[in-house]
Amino acid sequence: MASLSPATPAAPTAPATTTGAPGITVNGRTVDLTGVPAWTSALDVLRENGLTGAKEGCAEGECGACSVLVARPATDGAAGTTTWTAINACLIPAASLDGQEVVTAEGLGTPEHLHPVQSEMAVRGGSQCGYCTPGFVCSMAAEYYRPGRSDALDDDHDHDDHDEHDHEHDHGPNGFDLHALSGNLCRCTGYRPIRDAAYALGEPGHDDALAQRRDRPAPEPVATRVAAAGGSYARAADAADLFGLLAEHPDAVLVAGSTDWGVDVNLKAARAPFVVGIDRVPELRTLEIGDSSVEIGAALTLSEVEARLSGRVPLLGQLFPQFASRLIRNGATIGGNLGTGSPIGDTPPALLALEAAVVLASAEGERDVPLVDYFTGYRQTVRRPGEIIRAVRIPLPLSPIAAFHKIAKRRFDDISSVAVGFAVTVDGGTVTKARIGLGGVAATPIRAFETEAALEGRAWTKPVVREAAAVMRREGTPMDDHRASAAYRSAMLGSALLKLHSATATRQEVGA
Amino acid sequence: MSTLSDRPDRAVVGEALPHESAALHVTGAALYTDDLVGRTAGCLHAYPVQAPYARATVTAMRVEPAYAVPGVVRVLTAADVPGVNDAGVKHDEPLFPTEVMFVGHAVAWVLGETLEAARLGAAAVQVDYVEHPALVTVREAIAAEAFQGARPHMERGDVEAGLARSTHVFSGEFEFSGQEHFYLETHCALALVDENGQVFAQSSTQHPSETQEIIAHVLGLPSHAVTVQCLRMGGGFGGKEMQPHGLAAIAALGATLTGRPVRLRLNRTQDLTMTGKRHGFHAQWRVGFDSDGRLQALDATLTADGGWSLDLSEPVLARALCHIDNAYWVPDVRVNGRIAKTNKTSQTAFRGFGGPQGMLVMEDLLGRCAPLLGLDPVELRRRNFYVEGQSTPYGQPVRHPERIVAAWEGVLTTGEVGRRRAEIAAFNASHDDVKRALAVTPVKFGISFNLTAFNQAGALVHVYKDGSVLINHGGTEMGQGLHTKMLQVAATTLGIPLSRVRLAPTRTDKVPNTSATAASSGADLNGGAVKNACEQIKERLTAVAAGRLGVHPNDVRFVDGRVRGLGDAGESVGWDELVGQAYFQRVQLWAAGFYRTEGLHWDSSRMQGSPFKYFAYGVAATEVEVDGFTGAYATRRVDIVHDVGESLSPLVDIGQIEGGFVQGAGWLTLEDLRWDESDRPSRGRLATQAASTYKLPSFSEMPEEFNVSLLEHAHEDGVVYGSKAVGEPPLMLAFSVREALREAAAAFGPAGAAVDLASPATPEAVYWAVESARAQAADEPLARRAGHAHLVVGGKGVEPEQPEPGAPVLEPESERALDSAVSAGARR
Repeated sequence: MASLSPATPAAPTAPATTTGAPGITVNGRTVDLTGVPAWTSALDVLRENGLTGAKEGCAEGECGACSVLVARPATDGAAGTTTWTAINACLIPAASLDGQEVVTAEGLGTPEHLHPVQSEMAVRGGSQCGYCTPGFVCSMAAEYYRPGRSDALDDDHDHDDHDEHDHEHDHGPNGFDLHALSGNLCRCTGYRPIRDAAYALGEPGHDDALAQRRDRPAPEPVATRVAAAGGSYARAADAADLFGLLAEHPDAVLVAGSTDWGVDVNLKAARAPFVVGIDRVPELRTLEIGDSSVEIGAALTLSEVEARLSGRVPLLGQLFPQFASRLIRNGATIGGNLGTGSPIGDTPPALLALEAAVVLASAEGERDVPLVDYFTGYRQTVRRPGEIIRAVRIPLPLSPIAAFHKIAKRRFDDISSVAVGFAVTVDGGTVTKARIGLGGVAATPIRAFETEAALEGRAWTKPVVREAAAVMRREGTPMDDHRASAAYRSAMLGSALLKLHSATATRQEVGA
Repeated sequence: MSTLSDRPDRAVVGEALPHESAALHVTGAALYTDDLVGRTAGCLHAYPVQAPYARATVTAMRVEPAYAVPGVVRVLTAADVPGVNDAGVKHDEPLFPTEVMFVGHAVAWVLGETLEAARLGAAAVQVDYVEHPALVTVREAIAAEAFQGARPHMERGDVEAGLARSTHVFSGEFEFSGQEHFYLETHCALALVDENGQVFAQSSTQHPSETQEIIAHVLGLPSHAVTVQCLRMGGGFGGKEMQPHGLAAIAALGATLTGRPVRLRLNRTQDLTMTGKRHGFHAQWRVGFDSDGRLQALDATLTADGGWSLDLSEPVLARALCHIDNAYWVPDVRVNGRIAKTNKTSQTAFRGFGGPQGMLVMEDLLGRCAPLLGLDPVELRRRNFYVEGQSTPYGQPVRHPERIVAAWEGVLTTGEVGRRRAEIAAFNASHDDVKRALAVTPVKFGISFNLTAFNQAGALVHVYKDGSVLINHGGTEMGQGLHTKMLQVAATTLGIPLSRVRLAPTRTDKVPNTSATAASSGADLNGGAVKNACEQIKERLTAVAAGRLGVHPNDVRFVDGRVRGLGDAGESVGWDELVGQAYFQRVQLWAAGFYRTEGLHWDSSRMQGSPFKYFAYGVAATEVEVDGFTGAYATRRVDIVHDVGESLSPLVDIGQIEGGFVQGAGWLTLEDLRWDESDRPSRGRLATQAASTYKLPSFSEMPEEFNVSLLEHAHEDGVVYGSKAVGEPPLMLAFSVREALREAAAAFGPAGAAVDLASPATPEAVYWAVESARAQAADEPLARRAGHAHLVVGGKGVEPEQPEPGAPVLEPESERALDSAVSAGARR
């Protein structure tokens, strides 16, 4: 049995040069990507290169057994630094990692020299069958290295103790955010020892090479071109390059985090002759907070948007922790969520309530489409061939009452049966404005227009809200499926409004 | 006290050690079957051709188009099978079927140079089907009287008399879901053929010997021509007890036909749609209580949803019948069992193996009846515990029933249950939209395979000249820590440090004729065998040491790697040196160990006997909070006291208890297997065939506070080093979660509201329970979902369906063999 005490992570060797063949620097060594088809996942390439620590558990970004670390630009946008970011290797095309640095469980430590995360997991019984463990280790290591992890301690400790699912329940005494592990499943342990391991972690040592790596810039994106018979991959360097590629390949599949297409590749055998990576196109990665609007670039990951908005849009602040898992949010984008046009995407109900507009761009120019006019049918939108989603624009000021209610079986990482976004203004006890977005109750995300009308101009009181809830129950055309019955979905629409009112009434009492 | 359970001083067993592979797990260095593919040159990849119908006949199959796909090497069909075309032991599971029995049934397999080639080849195979009507739900099968296998019957006393003397009689119905194992590692096999035609198959299997036997009969080979190895599994939970065999046989067949290594790994969708799951059950029951709430009579008929083939359904059903009593004394009992044949995957072993299903019927019944009896559920349960001198409905005396009480009192005390229930009452009185509840439930679980013959194990222990020790045993490692415990047992028996002992992977050519690593029995059985082998070696070394030290052999002691005379502070000899000396004295330094559990007997046909070595006990108290707007809930706190005897390895045992509890809570609250029951073309399709639709517990379902302790003073006589089995029993501690949800939902209604709760108790199911409680407050008719359980109060009750005279009894093949051997012996 090897020693289970930790060692300091050794320095990765020099990054791969990007002069020659496409390749990834994995644990300091170069893995060649020449001729790798676009549908080949990073996981498959790692495993074919002997790095079998990362596993396939579900092939759709639910279990996290494939989690690995990627050196990415700082999540909060701080210049010149790197964030070790955990992602699902089973979902992203291997080619999309050209020129990037990856660390796997094997690269964090060895049985003889365990990484501190590995040591805590091992000694506390954090592994039983061990199959999910390398993925947990990578997700945990990302949080271990998160800058400022322990800065915000003792901020939130004096809550009323039944505030629903208290914030402090999801944070350790060391600042560890349990949501970092929300995309990892373990079938053996029941999680307690894994939580104990996470909460026992200290700070990385000064000589920790991966900690030091954070102080240098992340690898620049490479204008990758990997040609392969089964499907070629190209990374757009900028908007001009992107429109050029689209002109040349009108049927190209656009991927950012590939958290949706990757699932189709793995589970539905989706293949595409040409895939364009847009996740590092600078024009799609802007975030501007102006006087009259907030504009969010379509290719920023949800983790980046969350960090950069930093609570500026409270409705989105409520949404982010409920959107899939940290692993998915590290890849998924608002542009992707709107681009697939699913009726159960989580951002549309919130963005509908915020009266957001979609900024569509093409080689000819840009146009703004109000989100409420964007969806035209089941996974159908007004977006034209050659057009991309560049950003979403949220008008200011925001309504003071904002809430995102997600109905699902599981609190972490589940798909909505029903999702409701609320943005309500109450002035002098009267509802002056109500905007309600709904997901999961129709072929597209919709606005609850009749409910809005039943509220506006009326008193924000329980009787009025009860009447409006009865109206809201009838919104949309919910279906029975494996997630929920139609009757439950309808009931949840009414409940959401009652719950919102109950929460605001309590808040007002407390405030008074 | 038997020497088997006698624990020496300074034993390595009992130390809280991490999993023996922990350092390999956390660094990604631990190898699983599919990790070997990259180390095996020239591997072919197998991919199934899956049928799209729940029931159909294959009328024609054209494989030529597959060969047109670049990279396709071979299409495997029934015509290729040299031996028996069957993947099971009951000859009802054709490996290559002509009758499709469920959506996803594999009718052929394609081998390709790459997985992509194999996949495209499988898509190119053309199959003609004639579709037939299919039975999808257990209720459809009951209506059609579509049953398979035995219809066991267990009876004690006179149930009608018991009901007649009861003050309160209730009858009810309850249908509850199965569960997907969702081991993180899907099924996988990698087969090679050597220059001699010997097959070597690496398989993610809990039952290497049976995998070996199935491969042998499919290939028409004797068992000695097939070796199966299992390095480790990424979880098993019973799902790899029977299900790996056919898959390994496909890989072995492919390797035999092509001469190349063949890898068969199911992806998650294939695993979910092709392999068996926990049985869902339908139950009808009548129950009688006296005026104090004491159980008088139970009359029940349990129908297991067996899926398309028999598999392990008969023993699963037998265990369900043997556990319907849980921890409670019922004087008059009649329980009938039957197995529905439905067009679904072949339901199979899953942690608890029918025990949870039988016990769930009882715990649901008590939870529903307590308000009708006007009794606090905690009191109702407590009042009905077994006491010394009573026996189970199948005639086994319940030994140590005081341990149920000790665990119960322990949980009430350490969990501060009295104080917290008062706080909960106050909380509920001041909150309209959110309610809390705390429920306490017990577990009594029988340990041993019901079928006596399986209760045997072997081990092979080598001591090398340098004193290092290599152990082999017949059990497999799936995360449960068996190998850790076996290392501890070997080090304890030989009196040497753990670092001197190493464990080699489970292989059928090292230890033959093994039983499945199942029924929680892995440590009991293999521990007995490892200990036996070590004792043989130690005995031989004792003679050497006695001569060397000049003491009587009875006084030789092996402690911490040194060997000395009893009470002798003088001369001692190091283990390594002694071993070296023994070699030169031509002493055999290895041994094969064997163990069989003593004192078991079981008559399957009468469902009577003492099939279990002992019972494992546990008690859990769980507090939940339910949101009345949505039915969403959180588990606030769990307190458990569990009986593992004298623990062999406390960190491992606590891990099993916690993990079992959360897995049980997943079954009962979250994991929602949905099959398409409509008449659409997708009828019979598993609707939840991905991790995105079949939700396992994640961090968000973990109890916010989770206190687990091991029952003290729990030495178990007659079991290796005084320990008890731990794998399955804790799963059933999760009944406390379900009962707490029921009580929290009831708290939305008037005092004494009785609430029916669907299983799994998803947020939606809890919401409907809340609504039904609220309706009782408003005096509205109960809002119940279609297909939900009904409950009838009073009268003689509604009699459960009874079997036809002459219904087949349980008659396991092995017992028939035993009977004929006995009668043959009598003839001689």
